[in-house]
Amino acid sequence: MTQSKDFHIVAETGIHARPATLLVQAASKFTSDVTLSYQGKDVNLKSIMGVMSLGVGQGADVTIKTDGDDEESAMAAIVEAMETEGLAE
Amino acid sequence: MAQNSVTVKQLVDNTRLEIVAGKQYLERVITTADISRPGLEMTGYFNYYAPERVQLLGITETSFSERMGHEELLMVFRRMADPVTPAFVVSTGLPISEELKQAADEAKIPILTSTLTSSRILSNMTYYLGGQLAPRENVHGVLIDVHGLGVLITGDAGIGKTEAALELIQQDKARLVADDRVDIYQEDEERLIGEPNEVLRNMMEIRGVGIIDVQQVYGAVSVRSHATIALNIHLSNGKIGEANFDRLGNDNDTLEILGVKIKRMVVPVTPGRNTASVIDAAAVKFRTANMGIDALKTLEERMSVEMVKNEKIDLENKHD
Repeated sequence: MTQSKDFHIVAETGIHARPATLLVQAASKFTSDVTLSYQGKDVNLKSIMGVMSLGVGQGADVTIKTDGDDEESAMAAIVEAMETEGLAE
Repeated sequence: MAQNSVTVKQLVDNTRLEIVAGKQYLERVITTADISRPGLEMTGYFNYYAPERVQLLGITETSFSERMGHEELLMVFRRMADPVTPAFVVSTGLPISEELKQAADEAKIPILTSTLTSSRILSNMTYYLGGQLAPRENVHGVLIDVHGLGVLITGDAGIGKTEAALELIQQDKARLVADDRVDIYQEDEERLIGEPNEVLRNMMEIRGVGIIDVQQVYGAVSVRSHATIALNIHLSNGKIGEANFDRLGNDNDTLEILGVKIKRMVVPVTPGRNTASVIDAAAVKFRTANMGIDALKTLEERMSVEMVKNEKIDLENKHD
């Protein structure tokens, strides 16, 4: 059962290089597939170059999906990373 | 960390000095890199005389001594020729007085000379003695020169430091300075020099193959006697996903040796990853970064442009 969650990006810098790294590092700890979607484009959240290519700025609405054995804990870790960094609500 | 000492013979051999007298006293030991210019002492003022230093006599001292009487001159040189004084050095090929020869011989101190000026000799001696007498530390790792940049590879035993270095040497991208044990000393406040232990010079140990004499096998251009350490690449066994490796190359990680901080990159070693080419890329990135090339900055600028574009698209979609 795939986990899916929407995030509204509030951070002034958007998902810039440094926050992208933190999200990727959070996602990379899990075996589940983690996908970030924005404006109809999907990228692997474990790929830093992919995440940076999307150009997710302040005010953007994105969707994150996790799919796999540890999909719930992966989603929890990403939510935590988003909150700790003040990236999204 | 060990404080080394240098014999007068080593000083002679390494700074191209000639021996005028006291050939039998060359085993005298030098314990400080500071050099004394005993100009005021010639006048009899010995309050701040530093007898443990090499005494360098140049034109000033020599011309002054020509105006002194025999007894007076002998007395001054006898005071200078202290039991701890390692050597007298006379610059610019100047004549050496009988009084100096007598006083030095009585105290069993050699007299050395050179045609170079005092300033040049002073600089050569300070450079050599400074290096030899500086505090030393040896580090477990491999030091190679990659495109002219001293790269210290560290990491646990068996992780593949030597094998990665060997691959770069085989590709003519690197030269070996020291394998397994790197002797490091501080040349100045922010410069560390690494060199091999004498016994291990030019040697590499490859597991399953044995000892290789790199100079014999790959030629004289494949080795270097020493290198300034510019970068530390630490090989780590952790899986890429587990540890927080520097993904963007903007971490300010450093390795401190003898109080000097050098840039450190922690590189994961995983099957299928060519460690040698990663080290090469790291060295090239470090060099170009020093030239002002910043790929991350370019990427961030492009991202900012993209974000502005996307924001417009988002707004248009909301109005629809």
